[in-house]
Amino acid sequence: MITKKDFERPDGRKVDEMRPITAKVGIIPNADGSAMFSFGDTIAIAAVYGPKKMHPQHQQDPEKGTLRCNYNMLSFSVTERIRPGPSRRSTEISKITEWALEPVLMIDKYSNMVIDVHISIIQANASTRCAGINAAALALAHAGIPMTDLVSSVSIGKLDKQLVVDVSKKEEDWEEGEGATDIPITLTHNGKLTHIQLDGKITSKQLKEAIELAREATQKIYEIQKKALKEIGE
Amino acid sequence: METSRLTGERIKQYLAEGKRFDGREPDEFREIVIETGVSKNAEGSARVLIGKTEVLVGVKMDVSAPYPDSQDKGNLMVTAELLPLSSDRFESGPPKFPAIEIGRIIDRVIRESKFIEMEKLCIKEGEKVWTAFIDIYSINDDGNLLDAAGIGAIAALKSAKMPKYDEETEKVVYGEFTNKSIPLSKDTPLSITFHKIGDSFIVDPTREEEDISDTRVTIGSMNGLISSMQKGDHNSISIEEMGNVLDLNEKVYKDIFKKIKRFFK
Repeated sequence: MITKKDFERPDGRKVDEMRPITAKVGIIPNADGSAMFSFGDTIAIAAVYGPKKMHPQHQQDPEKGTLRCNYNMLSFSVTERIRPGPSRRSTEISKITEWALEPVLMIDKYSNMVIDVHISIIQANASTRCAGINAAALALAHAGIPMTDLVSSVSIGKLDKQLVVDVSKKEEDWEEGEGATDIPITLTHNGKLTHIQLDGKITSKQLKEAIELAREATQKIYEIQKKALKEIGE
Repeated sequence: METSRLTGERIKQYLAEGKRFDGREPDEFREIVIETGVSKNAEGSARVLIGKTEVLVGVKMDVSAPYPDSQDKGNLMVTAELLPLSSDRFESGPPKFPAIEIGRIIDRVIRESKFIEMEKLCIKEGEKVWTAFIDIYSINDDGNLLDAAGIGAIAALKSAKMPKYDEETEKVVYGEFTNKSIPLSKDTPLSITFHKIGDSFIVDPTREEEDISDTRVTIGSMNGLISSMQKGDHNSISIEEMGNVLDLNEKVYKDIFKKIKRFFK
């Protein structure tokens, strides 16, 4: 039994209901590709520059192109101001984002080249890395980078014993019962995992259910991403 | 992409006849659009578009000890980041001079005009004062980020609400706002940058125009009073030209203020 109907989420959503999603492609004129993606109050924007020659030269890979992601939270995107610039957290999320996106990118031919993806979180209410990955996938597609598939990302939460889809800040801070477990998951449209992280505690059985929930949610996100890509207005 | 020499030459030829590529007058800004409240967790925030140039500015308030030389006044901290997201010219890494300069100039526009009533940001003299953090981010650079940053800082401050402060714990209750605004002066300072290209002066350069600018002067003023200024870049300006710039500033201030005041409540 995945969903329990009588569970009450802080914002009144159904357990498998995501916050309202908006996606828009082509928001930064200077970039080769760009997009905005939001889950409710969490807003991410992404810009792609490249493929271009990799500098410094010693980082060039003659075998294939390089994807370089950079995740950044604006200082005022959270309630307590964060110092501008990279942190240990943002450095890790940048790398996770690269790993989440790379499997669908056909960059073998771009030897010695780099594709830069810059992600900024403008407003944060949890699930920022998922929103960032979704925006980045759109921006890469917008930039015309050949891709075998699109990726879509969502966070699954376990609040006490209940699984929920698209975790908000209030839910992330859940303290009752078993507390909160946060599981951001990224899947390709054809159902391959390219990213999963977990903080908290959960049984293998329930984690399998969580992945199933993510599968359903990312199919919905995929449709929204596809629609946004079709709506590019120049 | 750098602006080619050929394009630069053509811009100069046009300007010698008082013309610009996009048909604007030399002292005319592109369309300005301001949107406030773009980031809910910030005490105040604004998105400013000048043509295709876009910046995001946020205001955060925090409580800390005052500086030794201003025991009864709040603090102000302005930073700017030129995000690599906004142009292929900007790289990741510690802020370089152009970003530092934007932060410094906008800091002075606000500080020296006394736009924020700093003495009202004192909670307990010598012990607790508010600090206003203004953080500026470039989203798309098509020239004149500097003036966009200034307008954004003003708009974000005007839209800001003070956070809740718990007198007992002497800490800010983050995420909860009062309905009190930041204490600001009635008048609005503006920072306007004038660029010299050949023998002409223009405002609000596009990326291409900014690239071939010989030198620039940024003037922060309010009510006809100048309170901050910076001449940037290598070339010189004659005394007569400087006089013309000062006259032009009064006109352009009025033009811009007319354009943007509808965005301020």
